[in-house]
Amino acid sequence: MAGVRVLVGTAKGAFVLEADGTRRDWTVTGPLFGGWEIYHVTGSPADPDRLWASQTSGWFGQQVQRSDDGGRSWKPVGNDFRYAGSTGTHQWYDGTPRPWSFTRVWHLEPSATDPDTLLAGAEDAALFRSVDGGGTWEELGGLRTHRSGPAWQPGAGGLCVHTVLVDPTDPDRLHVAISAAGVFRSADGGVSWEPANRGLFQPGIPDEDAEVGACVHRIARHPSRPDTLFMQKHWDVMRSDDAGGSWHEVSGDLPSDFGFPIAVHAHEPETVYVVPITSDAEHYPPEGRLRVYRSRSGGNEWEPLTRGLPQSDCYVNVLRDAMAVDGLDPCGLYLGTTGGQVYASADGGDSWAAAVRDLPRVLSVEVQTLP
Amino acid sequence: MIRVLLPQQLRRLAGITGEVDVEVAAPVTLAAVWDALEAAYPVLGGTFRDRASGKRRAFVRFYACETDLSHEPPETLLPAAVAQGAEPLLVVGAMAGG
Repeated sequence: MAGVRVLVGTAKGAFVLEADGTRRDWTVTGPLFGGWEIYHVTGSPADPDRLWASQTSGWFGQQVQRSDDGGRSWKPVGNDFRYAGSTGTHQWYDGTPRPWSFTRVWHLEPSATDPDTLLAGAEDAALFRSVDGGGTWEELGGLRTHRSGPAWQPGAGGLCVHTVLVDPTDPDRLHVAISAAGVFRSADGGVSWEPANRGLFQPGIPDEDAEVGACVHRIARHPSRPDTLFMQKHWDVMRSDDAGGSWHEVSGDLPSDFGFPIAVHAHEPETVYVVPITSDAEHYPPEGRLRVYRSRSGGNEWEPLTRGLPQSDCYVNVLRDAMAVDGLDPCGLYLGTTGGQVYASADGGDSWAAAVRDLPRVLSVEVQTLP
Repeated sequence: MIRVLLPQQLRRLAGITGEVDVEVAAPVTLAAVWDALEAAYPVLGGTFRDRASGKRRAFVRFYACETDLSHEPPETLLPAAVAQGAEPLLVVGAMAGG
């Protein structure tokens, strides 16, 4: 029977949740790498036994862990993330120039076809690639050295590449999102990049046509429609149908258009999920009710999904990498909260149940659909 | 032989139980011990000093013989008791946070 493996990164370690296709009963393994911040755990689409974890610490720096047996054992691989060439500067919060300095890996994006190849989105904003199973890392320096780079400023969480999308029809077509520089896209495998922020209005930025500076929180796409992108921004849910050439707002009737994650249904390209929170200052759900909102029309019309989610006194958040969909039918959804719950839905979001509670603050959730 | 006591997180990362002994030729400096640790345990690369700059990571401290060596330059000679193996070099994760 098909099953799922949910990979959870938290502020104090990683956890692996497994269930059969009913997605009702869960076994929980962990904490792995206890005490370390695990920004992201993910699996290779080309080899479900190949897993990756970004293990990081303000004290002891960055590690990348790899498993070749579905998470039963792990080993650290290369952690030498060195910027290519001279580093130059970006802007600091106060507007002063600040030399680029590697801090951590926010997001790992494995190749769809090669288990040894993956991309790593880093803070300070840069994109790295390994083609040898994580042993060595090479910066795709065209992103960081884009002519706009000296003007990039960090968001509250740092100047980070937090979203990395690879076009499923052409691995040379890449999108990344940077807080708070915005979206960049490449058509040549990451050698050269262009900003893709037209239509993103950011309160606080006086120039509505600014090339960079949008605080993009997450982008998602359905693999069957590589040119259609959905975005949760620091205010506004946005959509592009020309691969980021232009964006338009689809927040519609959401109770708040502030949030972090966004996901697309595995089998319905126009079905999109967000988790609204109250505001930039109040990172918790409106009225203390945790609601996932679903649009079946590609945005604008949204319905709250509440069954099984706490509907009173709930003041958690769902971070940008902490919502995922599986490939089963019906499609399963998973979200992890800053309160340590991981909620699962086996029916496209209609109903939810906690797969596990009381973990550390959840930083990321990914799911593998297993045969 | 130089005795080094790593913090729990790094012991676990490197698969070390208790103290670790590393061979360091004279002169026994902080940098020489760092080099020896990274040579013996490559996974420790980047954990206590920055790979690019070579500088001590901000929240990692070095103590020996009740002396804080954290702000000493890497070429600082370690106390004789450490160089002779009588006392360990302590690598400590700084107290930080709430």
